[in-house]
Amino acid sequence: MERIPILKVGRFLLVTIQVDMHDQLALTLQEDLTARIVSTGARGVLIDISALDMVDSFIGRMLSNIAGMASILDAETVVVGMTPSVAITLVELGLSLPGIKTALNVDLGLELLEHSLAARGESSAGSEDA
Amino acid sequence: MLAAKTLELPLRAQDDVVMLRHAARKLSIEIGLNLVDQTKFVTAASELARNTVVHGGGGRATLEKLEEPNRKGIRITFEDQGPGIRDLAQAMTDGFTSGGGLGLGLGGAKRLSSEFSIDSTVGVGTRVTIVRWSR
Repeated sequence: MERIPILKVGRFLLVTIQVDMHDQLALTLQEDLTARIVSTGARGVLIDISALDMVDSFIGRMLSNIAGMASILDAETVVVGMTPSVAITLVELGLSLPGIKTALNVDLGLELLEHSLAARGESSAGSEDA
Repeated sequence: MLAAKTLELPLRAQDDVVMLRHAARKLSIEIGLNLVDQTKFVTAASELARNTVVHGGGGRATLEKLEEPNRKGIRITFEDQGPGIRDLAQAMTDGFTSGGGLGLGLGGAKRLSSEFSIDSTVGVGTRVTIVRWSR
């Protein structure tokens, strides 16, 4: 079955969506990602949508769902790489992606996750040492 | 207005929605829409294609290129023989949903298109038409 790969980067999970998502693929990603958060104890999730040329209400809802599920599992979600035309379209569509943090690119997204962990009193680099 | 019938696509399953998006993108580029307008139109088409599959029980989409003396356009007509929509005004309202979605499909598709029309008869089916003109 077709799957979107989930990479572990330090304490975070990175998902790069590079295919045109059909609905079942979006649902599979939700399940895979929540399972990986639990199995890895990831503290954050970065979803890179820079390759997506459109985000409709279904994909938007999937992003919100992932952020909500991750939050319940104590991980924060940042969506990165949205193109300007997708942003314009989302607003006109009426979808403001409530509850989702965004950053312009992966680097800034990682920074955002590190900052918010630090703000919660969790030290950043080196915390994985035994 | 000259309409050249270009393509008819089935809308039976989720994969068909993706195919429709690709076809809509290709035509949008062909008539010279800019990237923002392409994205708006493809997104509108995606919403309506999903409606046809999920709420209409499947159907088809007809894509046409339109030509007028000083502008070009693309028209997509979505047709199903599903249950129809009882209250169109309500269905067009943002936030109203019968399918567990966000309820942005119809209203959103209208906002993202240059022209929008819908015709639905309970027990017979629904036909939605959207047009986007190049600027």
